Amino acid sequence: MNEMTDPLKGYKGKARAALTRFGVKVWSDVRVVNDAGSVFEGVILPRSESLDDLHVVLKLKNGYNVGLHVDRLEHVTEVGYKEARYKIPEKEFPARPSLPNVTLLGTGGTIASRLDYRTGAVIPAFTPGELYGAVPELADICNLTTKKIFGVFSENMAKENYLVLAKAIGEEIAAGADGIVIGHGTDTMGHTAAILSFMVQESPVPIVLVGSQRSSDRPSSDAALNLIHSVRTAAYADVAEVVICMFGPTSDRYGLLHRGTRCRKMHSSYRSTFRTIGDVPLAIVGRDSFQYLTDDYRRRDKVRVPLVDPVYDDRTTILYYYPGMKPDLVDALVEKGYRGIVIAGTGLGHVNKPLYPALERAVAAGVHVVMAVQTLWGFAQMYVYDTGRDLMELGIVPLDNMLPETALMKLSWVLGHTDDHAEVMRLMTTPISHEITPREPHNGYLVMQGGLPETDEWVRGHWK
Amino acid sequence: MIPTLDYAEAGFVCGLEVHQQLLTRTKLFCRCPAGLYTETHDGTVLRHMRPTLSELGEYDGTALMEFKTKKNIVYLLNVKNVCTYEMDDTPPFLVNQEAIDVAIEQCLMLGCDIVDEVQIARKQYLDGSIPTGFQRTAVVGVNGRIPFRGRTLSVTQVTVEEDSCREVRDRGHCIVWRADRLGMPLIETVTGPDLRTPDEVEEAILLIGRVCRSTGHVRTGLGASRQDVNVSVRGGRRVEIKGVPKAGWAPALVHGEAWRQVNLLKLRDELHRRGFADPGSIRVDSQDVTQLFAATEIPVLTAEGWGRWVEAERMRPGFELGKGPFRIRAARLAGLAGTLSWPTQPEHVFAHELAGRVRVIAGLDQPPVLLHSEAWPDTRGARSELKRLRGRLRCGPDDAVVVVWGPEEDTVTACEEIRLRYVDAVQGVPNETRQPFADGSTDFERILPGPDRMYPDTDSPPTRVARERVARLAGPLPERPWDREARYAAAGVPASTAHWLIRRGGAAVVDRLAAATGASVRDVAFLFGERLKGLRRKGVPVDAVPEPRWEELLHAFAARPVLKQAWEPLVRAVAAEPGSPVAGHLAARGLGEEPAAWRTGLAEALASAREKAYRKDDPALVARLALARLMPGLLGRVAADEVAAAVSAALAESTRREEVRA
Repeated sequence: MNEMTDPLKGYKGKARAALTRFGVKVWSDVRVVNDAGSVFEGVILPRSESLDDLHVVLKLKNGYNVGLHVDRLEHVTEVGYKEARYKIPEKEFPARPSLPNVTLLGTGGTIASRLDYRTGAVIPAFTPGELYGAVPELADICNLTTKKIFGVFSENMAKENYLVLAKAIGEEIAAGADGIVIGHGTDTMGHTAAILSFMVQESPVPIVLVGSQRSSDRPSSDAALNLIHSVRTAAYADVAEVVICMFGPTSDRYGLLHRGTRCRKMHSSYRSTFRTIGDVPLAIVGRDSFQYLTDDYRRRDKVRVPLVDPVYDDRTTILYYYPGMKPDLVDALVEKGYRGIVIAGTGLGHVNKPLYPALERAVAAGVHVVMAVQTLWGFAQMYVYDTGRDLMELGIVPLDNMLPETALMKLSWVLGHTDDHAEVMRLMTTPISHEITPREPHNGYLVMQGGLPETDEWVRGHWK
Repeated sequence: MIPTLDYAEAGFVCGLEVHQQLLTRTKLFCRCPAGLYTETHDGTVLRHMRPTLSELGEYDGTALMEFKTKKNIVYLLNVKNVCTYEMDDTPPFLVNQEAIDVAIEQCLMLGCDIVDEVQIARKQYLDGSIPTGFQRTAVVGVNGRIPFRGRTLSVTQVTVEEDSCREVRDRGHCIVWRADRLGMPLIETVTGPDLRTPDEVEEAILLIGRVCRSTGHVRTGLGASRQDVNVSVRGGRRVEIKGVPKAGWAPALVHGEAWRQVNLLKLRDELHRRGFADPGSIRVDSQDVTQLFAATEIPVLTAEGWGRWVEAERMRPGFELGKGPFRIRAARLAGLAGTLSWPTQPEHVFAHELAGRVRVIAGLDQPPVLLHSEAWPDTRGARSELKRLRGRLRCGPDDAVVVVWGPEEDTVTACEEIRLRYVDAVQGVPNETRQPFADGSTDFERILPGPDRMYPDTDSPPTRVARERVARLAGPLPERPWDREARYAAAGVPASTAHWLIRRGGAAVVDRLAAATGASVRDVAFLFGERLKGLRRKGVPVDAVPEPRWEELLHAFAARPVLKQAWEPLVRAVAAEPGSPVAGHLAARGLGEEPAAWRTGLAEALASAREKAYRKDDPALVARLALARLMPGLLGRVAADEVAAAVSAALAESTRREEVRA
């Protein structure tokens, strides 16, 4: 049965049989009497396929949903039919020649979305008209073009998506966009921002990734404000780099621009989940202004020609080291044909001794092994301890303060160009977009400890 | 004076939504402690709300209205009672099954049919009272019924839901909420529109309260139960008086609302008579008239007066205050002269309806919110200012004028809101939520939301309620209050005492103790419902006494009835040392044992009484004084009757002797 046209969407087994017996279907407006004589009036909703086959879901007239056990249904009478057409009111996005042109590329995620009854999931909704209906403020900022490139949750983003996305960005720049916004699920937004930093270099305009931590079907969603901030960044900010634009604090106050190679999702659900690691963000995006926090960024320049270089070898992995890791893991990777391994090592970049022979075998087999740190902050400094020196002797190259995920993305990109070990390592250790920085400012590491009187004092006096 | 109303003739209809917090250890969707209130905070969050589409693809009217108000919403957080869930920075944990059990139990008490699968819904609230912008709520029971005044009060549905934040401050465009109460489980009992008079409303609130409290599984105390009262009259519409804190407030509020609706319907007829039949016929033209009032002496219209008020009330630009400089804006209401002073609630007029909308939606809240041509100030020059104003607005004699002031953008919003309120008036009574006050009046709170604000909570799986679970909870269900009240009445317990015991959860203890000790329900009810209540009020910690102590005490009373006279000192002693058995207290005070030679004190007591009596020839007075002198030492040891008889006998004997001597 085609699930799009199935009149009993999501119902199976006993519940499906019962609905069929009573001659009703999903979206039937019904009057139900159960074995206790209770009367329920409402519309039969589709049922999530992951739930049992014992209940029929009814949306009552007062808006509540209840599940009715099929064995208790005495009478079900159809009195009408009311299919939900869930649609954001679409209004034509006004065109104003004086405003910058921004292209919004959709990859999925929850930046603008609607509910799916069958699964209970949230589906993206994306046309300029829909966006204008939901966030009318956008029309005061720019002329907006939207292109849905794919509709995947961010955890499903992979090689093919990266290649397509980078090419699409190149095309939009060539077509004269003043800025590009990429709607993206937040889970792997950092990975995409990193790979795009390598695939699209020397951009003349801002390339801004944005998403939301609370889906846009909720009144408290951060989606609208994030969208406004990111579109303003794309239209007006003087930062021609790949950046992530998401909430600074959890309060509805301002967004932060994080450099694509130095940014990480640090909380599974907080709004202010993205943090620049080992440096400060590029700018604060306020209601009417940008406040730049550093001088060190590439300026907007529409005559600059971007270098679009979409290659990717996905035979790469991160090996997250833990005490007692067995060497056969490394052997298995080599055996399975992996070409590059990023070790997320402990401390300054360490693994245990029993791993050495396996790593030596890997390097000998031509696998490119690099070292990042699982502490996220700080440098891999392998000269400090014997362990580090031993590992370097095995041919493992430290990547300074490159984030492990950024290292994985870069290694995949580099391996798309060359398999020559020396060249791979030269490229890996030569920064392209601040993935390695020469120095770490002391305010690049601020994980404040709650409970301390001074921290709590500061928190009390500021919007969280 | 409160005007009277024939409720039946007016077609008065009323139903209740009674909210009752449940007694659970933790909140409904997270593991924060429930019932831990704090008055300080250690963190703040600033948010805004934006309306979203319902499941069936519509924007809810209330949601759009709330969005227009452009509220800055501030949450005060305390780590003791709030986690990242309440901040809406963590998805819900699985629903608290303890709360579901208590809710099912409540449903069974209310005679409800329990739904088979509890589905969590999101009910939008954009006033900020819940940081997510919606309340998680679910129907647990439907189709209940309880006996009420010889008929049946129907219970449409019972939902379990999370409680909202407590409001701290609402000024202009900024509302401040404290998040401690947020997320505590409560049930909402929705009755059918079955109530016919204001007195019935109060009685029904109290009855449902007693049903809830019969289980002992609900919270009591300030704010633990609150009710929304839905009122309409024939031709009117449902208006919700929200958060009535006490049942005793209800009759006046309900009466006032019925009166208001009757008057609004009369206003509708008047508007129709004047030719305002459709919404488009209402014309409200407004313009900036700041200059016209440049030299005014009306205090609220002077820029200095505004500045002083802004400073005194700490109205911050960008927070409480809307956009733009201070401006005065006047609206001409074409053909609407006389409607501003149209009566609405007792002692209120239609201009109050306008002021309510302007205050809430435009965020202009400097009293009196607006000035109008039918109650113009009489400061020096004000009359001529009004005349000039009418000229500027090209007002005819049939036109009315309203003036608002404040930040420019808000004054524009205010004039539009005035127009919209008149559009509603053409149709009669708007669906509203109204805020109650102790004096029986109400004010606009928001447009009443409809079913379009409901959508499923995609974060929470449904809870299947198997029939076995219902049966397990139905087994030990406590006696329903009407059954208990009938039984108590038959035992001679006054209704007021019975109600109090049920409300305060003492009835179950009374029944247990009566059964365990053989004491009469009447005596035990009197002890708990009257005597202990009095001692508690005097500060005696009677609640600290464990049930076995009461059992011992009642046994002692049964064995030696003379002890009943000493109930007060005895209870005080037990309450002071609730850990020691009653027998110990009795022994320590020699209670229950008749002193061997107490009669030898009779003569001395009589002599002393004669000394004190101001009418020495009144034997009854002398006897009373003698008894008063003897009793304290004999309380709980010799029955008062016996002492009185002994005194009388001794007095008669001595009188007889004196007569003989004479």
